[in-house]
Parts: sequence; C-alpha cells; structure tokens
Amino acid sequence: MTLSDASAVSDATAPVDRALLTREDRARLLRYMTMMRAAEERGLALYKQGKVPGSFYDGRGQEAIAVGAAFALGPRDRMCILHRDLGAHFVRGVTPDRYLANYMGRAGGVTGGKDGNMHFGDRQLGCVGMVSMLPDMAQVANGMALAFKMRGEPRVAMTFFGEGSTANGQWHEAMNLAGIHRLPVVFILENNQFAYSTPNELEFAVDPVQHAASYGFPGANIDGNDVEAVFEAAEVAVERAREGAGPTLIECQTMRMHGHGAHDDMSYVPDGMLEEWERRDPIERYAARLHSDFGFAEDEVAEIREQVRSYVAECAEKALASPMPEPAIATEDVFAERWEPLGDGEAPWSRWEAE
Amino acid sequence: MAEMTYLEAISDALRTEMRRDESVFCLGEDIGAFGGAFKVTDGFAEEFGADRVLDTPLAENAIVGAATGAAIEGMRPVCEMQFADFIACGFDQLVNVAAKLHYRQGVAVPMVVRLPSGGGFSGGPFHSQNPEAWFLQAPGLKVLTPATAGDAKGLLASAIRDPNPVCFLEHKGLYRHVRGEVPEGEYTVPIGEARVAREGLEMTVIAYGSSVHLALEAAEQLDEDIEVIDLRTLCPLDSEAILSSARKTGKVLIAHEATRACGAGAEVAGLIGEEAFEDLDAPVRRLTTPDVPIPFSPPLEHAVLPQLEDMKEACRELLAY
Repeated sequence: MTLSDASAVSDATAPVDRALLTREDRARLLRYMTMMRAAEERGLALYKQGKVPGSFYDGRGQEAIAVGAAFALGPRDRMCILHRDLGAHFVRGVTPDRYLANYMGRAGGVTGGKDGNMHFGDRQLGCVGMVSMLPDMAQVANGMALAFKMRGEPRVAMTFFGEGSTANGQWHEAMNLAGIHRLPVVFILENNQFAYSTPNELEFAVDPVQHAASYGFPGANIDGNDVEAVFEAAEVAVERAREGAGPTLIECQTMRMHGHGAHDDMSYVPDGMLEEWERRDPIERYAARLHSDFGFAEDEVAEIREQVRSYVAECAEKALASPMPEPAIATEDVFAERWEPLGDGEAPWSRWEAE
Repeated sequence: MAEMTYLEAISDALRTEMRRDESVFCLGEDIGAFGGAFKVTDGFAEEFGADRVLDTPLAENAIVGAATGAAIEGMRPVCEMQFADFIACGFDQLVNVAAKLHYRQGVAVPMVVRLPSGGGFSGGPFHSQNPEAWFLQAPGLKVLTPATAGDAKGLLASAIRDPNPVCFLEHKGLYRHVRGEVPEGEYTVPIGEARVAREGLEMTVIAYGSSVHLALEAAEQLDEDIEVIDLRTLCPLDSEAILSSARKTGKVLIAHEATRACGAGAEVAGLIGEEAFEDLDAPVRRLTTPDVPIPFSPPLEHAVLPQLEDMKEACRELLAY
C-alpha cells in the first residue's frame, strides 16, 4: 500500500454511478432515515414521560450515515453498530418496537432487559452490539474480518465510531492491525463535532481521516449529511474489502443535533452552529432531492414519511405492551452452553435481491 | 501415555487440537517463526502455516479483541499473552467485551487466553504476577489453573472446545520442572472438577498451580496424614470437593502464590465459613504472597513468595491446633 493508493477514494467529488440505486432504493433510504428520526423522537418522548430508565441517547442529524453505510452491505456481511446509528439496525431488520422496548428495559427489547439504550445488536441479524468503551468494537470487527479472510470468504465487517474514539489507543491498535493484514473491514468515522462536550481541537491535532494513510489504507472525507454520498463511499469501501484490497476509513462530517444524552443541555455549542446544521438536515435535504432530482412527486415523498410515522406509532404501542422481564433471568446465561453462528442481516439494497 | 513436561503438554494440547479442528488458531506476540517467548509454539508455523500461528503487533487489546471477533464468527482462537502480567493491557476487551457478550446478547465467544504466570526467577513486578483473581471478578470468564502436565494438556483442550472465554493460567515455574505421564492424542479433562492429589484425614491443603507441588512435598516431608486438593479450575469452582474435604478433615489451609487480599483463597475460605463452619476443628488459614508487588532481587522475592518451609510450618501449626 502506498500513499497514492491511500488517496484513491479520498476525493469526495468523484463522479457517481447513478445506476447503483433504483427508484425503490431511494424511497427506502428516505424510509429508513425517517424511521430512525421518528423512532428516536418517540423514544425521547417516552424518556420525558419517565418510561426510560437511565438516560436517552439519539443520533438526530446523523441518520444519513447509519442508513447510507448499512445499505451497502450484503446479507452475510457483519456489523458492530454504535449509539448514533439506529438506522443501521433498521436497515438490517430490527423493528422499532424492539428498539423502544430495549430502551424501556422490557422483555421484548433486543437484549430482553439485560442491557439498555443503544447497547444492543441482534445476533440473528448479523450484528454484535456495542459496549460503552467506544473504540472497542473496531477491534471486534477486525476479528470478524480476520475470520472471513482466513476462510477465504468474500464477506465484510463494518463498524462505526465517533471522532472522540480516534483519541483512544484501542482505535490506533485496530487501525494498525487492519492495515497490517489488509482486513476486509470498513470503518465509518462519524465526526459529529463534539465528543460529549469536547470539540475537535481538543481531541486531535490532525484530522483523524489522515491516519488512514499512515496505517496503510485509503481514507475518505465526505458529507455525512448526504445519504447517497455516504452510500457511495461505503459501497466503494465494501467492494474494495470484499475483493481483498483491505480496509477503508470513511470520515463523515456531520453534527450531533441533540446533546450527548437527554440530560445534556449542550451549553458548550457555539451560538448559531445548530441553526447552520439544521439547514443541512439529512432527511429534509434528501426529501427535497427525491422531488427535484429523481422524479418523486411531493405527495409521494410526504406519503412515505407519513407511512413510516404511523408504523413507528404502532411499534411504540407494541413496545409499551411488552412486559418487564422476569427477575429470575438476571442470573441466567452468564455462560454459553454452545456456540451458534450469527444469523444474516436483511440487505434491502436492490443489488442483493437476486442473491 | 508419554512422559512430558508441563510445557510440552501445553504444546501437545495445542498441536492436537489444531490438527483436529482447523478453526483453532493461535495469535500473539513472537509466537510464529520465533515459537513464542517460552517456545510453546515452536515448530507450529512450519506445520500449520503463518496464518494459524499469527504473529501480532505489540497490542494486547488488539489480540483479545480480534480473537473475540474471530470467535464470534466460528473460529477457535487461542491468544498467548507473552506474560500473564500483560493482560492488563488487554483487559478491556476481555472483561468488557468478551466476558459479557453472552449474558447481554446471547453471543458465544469460544476463545482461550493463555497466561504464563508466576514468579521465582527474578522476573520482577511485571513478569511474575499471578493475576487469576482479576478474572474472578469478571463474570463470564472461566479460569483454569492446572498443576500437572496431564491436566495442562487436558484442561487446555477442554478450554479450546468450550464455548466461552477461558483464562488459562500456566505457571512458568512448572514449565520445565514438572513432568508427568500424559495421554497421547486427543485428551480432555473436564472444567470445574477439582482433584484429590493426596488423600489424608488430619487436615486439608486446598491449592492450585505451583502451590499444589509445594503442598505435596510438605506432606511427604512431614509424613503426616494430610489431604491435598488441587482445585484445577477456579471458575467454576468445585464447591462440592472443597466442602467434602473440609468436612472430612475439619482443618483447612488454603495455599496460592497469588497475593492475599480477595484472592481465590478468600473465596474458598468464605465458602467453607458459610457452608462447613460446624465441621471445622480449627480456623481456616491461608498461605499466600503478602499484598506487595513481586520484588526483583532474589532474597526479596524469596521473602514474599511462599516457600516449602512456610508450607511445612503452616501445616504443622494447623495440625497442632
């Protein structure tokens, strides 16, 4: 790997193969982003009603990253999804009722009450859920990619992390190992400007995407509020990994439009910053673009959004109807009796329909 | 049966399991072409290829994290920490990711972390520790501490076949000093079963790892009716074997080379206090390293690690109680 390779996909303005996405794919991208927004709004409402133990964390403003990146994956690919990436769970097949039930600690949540908030992954859908130590899953994604590589399987692991994670040693260990072994892994770096309250300039001296070159693989710096830009960069990286050419780091510029958690008043955000990013809202932008560039009628776009919202409302009722877990399970399943393979995730991109 | 050293038995288990199951692979620092700091994987790269005897960069969290991901995807990784002490640098992946995944998400993580532990050779504070108790406070990890060559082989094979993360503590002092008859070919010893290493009626020494040998030697030299229980596994702990011997002899000395406070011995003492109090004829005693880092200079290290004379004295005191 040379530095010239490393710049190969770093040009965010590279021409786009529009044929990658069908009209239905585009409707799906809007649907999943809207589902994430609607589900998180409902979750926040449940938190304010006192139905969510602990705090509440969402990815408002970052929907394009979670959805665009996950949309590039095939069913047998694997993910470690983080806490601003609910849309990636939805792309892979988790339903909003199971997400909301997880937040409320209900039996119907993905972890059945064993873990809370966004600390979940549905093993039946090819996901290993996150831990609170935010760069850790990059190491686990490496391990899954290592297994694929050792067995010669054309499969890819993808994981997410924020810019704050790049300050931690484990992140550098993960990048280094991925580079040495050219692992089939895709790293999605969400630069949402603040690690809790800490701004970029107190996290690193150079933009973290520049580390990709020093670890021997390409990095791309893209507009994280443009779902098709994220999808395209992810698609290039996924195919690159699948072909055995190794990892890619994709830095998505975005803004965390809510606090770190619902308890965070965001007093550290400079005046005007949220308003500026609000104008770049990924969902509003894409809805407008479907109409202006891709021939969707305004009514059609509005209907997609309305359908998703009523679906999420139904899911919320289902989550609220889910019972609390039986206390007896608190001491169960510390140890496994047997290993079982993860299931495959849904892969709604039209490319996978024939496979 | 073949006679081999404890170290050869570990190599034999690894080699046998790697031949049996191609998903088994080793990863760690300097284990490939070099064969490992203690030569456990000497010759493995030639037989199994560099991919299955993977030399890693100097990054313990990367080793344990990559093993975790590979295990989830159906591989059976065996990590080598060059020294058990270095697991401190990989602790986060072990206790926060690997140990909790099955409880949180139903995801099994079948992996082994081999941990060359123990002192007695001027290794100093960073190459001599016995960190087994660290893992006992992280639910989801199994903890194995073989004392004999046969158990080293059989327990390592069981660890590799187990669907959980297993910490395998191999005492460096036993590597070349302990030999024994070891079954050839595939051989497993069940996890979670203690062993009566010596039968006796007057008192019990409950030990594991290197302390088992100290206890056996003390019992022979004292020529007393001392029972020695070799725990073999610290998690899950064989409560039945512990309580049964405590009830039989009524006097228990718990011995380990690890430091004292909240060590495995404290758990064993707690169990006996709770379940066998009325069967005791003497207070439960412990022989351990005091709560200090392991010093470098031979007279200092000798002063803190339990020695044969310490074991004999502790047994004499308890027998006389």
